[in-house]
Amino acid sequence: MNDGTHVQPIPTELLTINVGPAHPATHGTLRLQLQLDGETIVNAGAEIGYLHRGYEKQCENTFYQLVIPYAERLNYMGPVNNSNAWCHALEQFLGVDVPARAQALRVITSEMGRIIDHAVCMGTNLVDLGALTNFWYMYNYREKIYDLYEELTGARMMVNYPRIGGVSMDAPDGWFESLLKVVDEMAEAVGEVRALIQKNRIFIDRTVGVGVITKELAVSHSVTGPCLRAAGIPYDVRKAQPYWGYENYQFDVPTAQNGDTYDRFMVRFAEMEQSVRIIKQAVAKIAPGPIMVEDHLVALPPKDKVYNTMEGLINHFKLIMHGIRPPKGELYSATEGGCGELGFYIVSDGSPSAWRVRIRPPCFANYSLFPKIITGGMVADAVAALGSINVIAGELDR
Amino acid sequence: MGLESNLSQPFLATRLDEVINWGRKYSMWPMPFGTACCAIEFMGVVSGRFDVSRFGAELVRFSPRQADLLLVMGTITQKQAPVLKQIYDQMPNPKWVVSMGACASSGGFYDNYSVVQGIDEIIPVDVYVAGCPPRPENVLGAIVKIMEKISTEKAAEWR
Amino acid sequence: MTESDILTKVKARFGARVLAEYSFRGQSAVTVAPETLRELLVFLRDDVEIALDWLMDVGGVDYLGYPDDDDREWRFEVAYQLYSMKLNHRFRVKVGVRDDSVEVPSVWDLWAIANWEEREVYDMFGIRFAGHPNLRRILCHDEFVGHALRKDYPINKRQKLSQPSEIILCEKVEWA
Repeated sequence: MNDGTHVQPIPTELLTINVGPAHPATHGTLRLQLQLDGETIVNAGAEIGYLHRGYEKQCENTFYQLVIPYAERLNYMGPVNNSNAWCHALEQFLGVDVPARAQALRVITSEMGRIIDHAVCMGTNLVDLGALTNFWYMYNYREKIYDLYEELTGARMMVNYPRIGGVSMDAPDGWFESLLKVVDEMAEAVGEVRALIQKNRIFIDRTVGVGVITKELAVSHSVTGPCLRAAGIPYDVRKAQPYWGYENYQFDVPTAQNGDTYDRFMVRFAEMEQSVRIIKQAVAKIAPGPIMVEDHLVALPPKDKVYNTMEGLINHFKLIMHGIRPPKGELYSATEGGCGELGFYIVSDGSPSAWRVRIRPPCFANYSLFPKIITGGMVADAVAALGSINVIAGELDR
Repeated sequence: MGLESNLSQPFLATRLDEVINWGRKYSMWPMPFGTACCAIEFMGVVSGRFDVSRFGAELVRFSPRQADLLLVMGTITQKQAPVLKQIYDQMPNPKWVVSMGACASSGGFYDNYSVVQGIDEIIPVDVYVAGCPPRPENVLGAIVKIMEKISTEKAAEWR
Repeated sequence: MTESDILTKVKARFGARVLAEYSFRGQSAVTVAPETLRELLVFLRDDVEIALDWLMDVGGVDYLGYPDDDDREWRFEVAYQLYSMKLNHRFRVKVGVRDDSVEVPSVWDLWAIANWEEREVYDMFGIRFAGHPNLRRILCHDEFVGHALRKDYPINKRQKLSQPSEIILCEKVEWA
């Protein structure tokens, strides 16, 4: 009928847009294609591999102890966690026990790494939402932790700190006091950022109910880390299968109910506070002692023996030139990285280089459900959810 | 601009060059093409401690059509290489490229099947910054070098 | 239950279909043929005392040139790392694949993570998975020829990409 009361519907079609690899929200190396009906996403696809650096092939062509710098560049937000995990995997393979002081130093550096990982994740996610101030606050805090790393190891980010059988350098005098002062300042920094956003109307509207990961989806996709704990499952490798003395420290595993972006933020804030708690206990309990295991097949001899005795010289030569030889076999070793369970499946053929290293990246599982959680939402929700999953491309693509 | 080709007096042309270069070097708009760990150190450059805005370059533009300084930070893989070329082609003249870090300059310690051994296989580079990752002071030094390079340029060269 | 108890139970139930078993540093694994894979994974998930309900990781291994004590009949293995959230123990199931003409049944309908993990095993080793909805390369680019983690692929052989891929969407978002 054409009397003016009945309007013909306008024909529409779906729009396919590319949220390409060079985009501020995708942190440089993720690509999404979205099919939009207006502003709502009806279909989504994700492409990864833009930072595939061939880690697993590289590990087959180098010695076990030379994998430590490669391992650090996996999760580059908290680098020491990954190399500590690699050394832990090798120590399980060899069957050596790391001395207590080295274990405490590994716990301290890993928890510092977890703090800076969460700080930058939240800072960049808030920048994507438009809240730039928090990024500066969180980054100032990260610079203070970098100063501590520099005092301990000499480098800011890629510190190359642990060795197979222990750690390479002991803490200098006064380092523990500066560490305690810095973690006390952290409570202030986190409190400032949390106070700015926790009850902010705009933040709540943009993050509550956005990018919901349900328990079933989390189990089906093997999600671990803060994304899983925000969905309500309290799985943490440090509590389930403890290592480095984590069973002796008192700490909680914070969880939330709904699994949306708001919950992931709050879980990360709570985890930063728990990391501070662990650091304080570790510093209180640490006792003087050796930082490397005494096994001559694993640990380099001290320099005065290398320069003054024949056995020391030959030992040093064989370890550097011929490497560490684990027995033939295979092993899967898991630790809790900043994003979840970081696993190494190592197959050894008895030679000083690995036969096969399979790195189980936590971000791979966390990101595989991303197309599913954004369909039905809007494009801006996709941006908010992407930052909160904390996808780190170095780990995702290896 | 067509003015400088009509000027017969070199005195005016060099004064014009100085003014144009002064404007260009103190207001560079970087495009951060960050892929890996070096991008995190660049975030440190932009933050409060190693402030890059004292050089006038704090306005990062994520669209290449609005930027003039391309900062390539991180490993470029074979999959990412066409993307980098496209971003470089989309930038209008005048443009400069800083290759930050070992991976962008030469492939880093990833000598394998999937990493481009240096972005100068794909695009021309003005300044290379060494380090894995380079300290923020190194990056600021690279920006100062670009500024020195700009001050020696002639405005007629970019036509 | 310790991992060796799980191994005993699996051997009791599957008998001769267990091609090999392995124990080292408190961890245990079994190797089966591709036909037995789905039945074994469902058994491990549904048995009340074992309850291995999480698939943590799927990884391939190429054994070409491995210094074996006895003759290995298969060149590739695909290793499934399993974890039980209720009972807090782990186990490993390995599938022996003779060469790349053998197809392994896909388990993406049991665990959705297997979708991307199997794509990566295909990309790196060339092992095909029967029933996978979207078996495409995931880490290497689309114009890559060969499979990178095989032992006969030289590490330095670089292959350039001429242009990025156009469409990456699937018909259904579950297949992506």
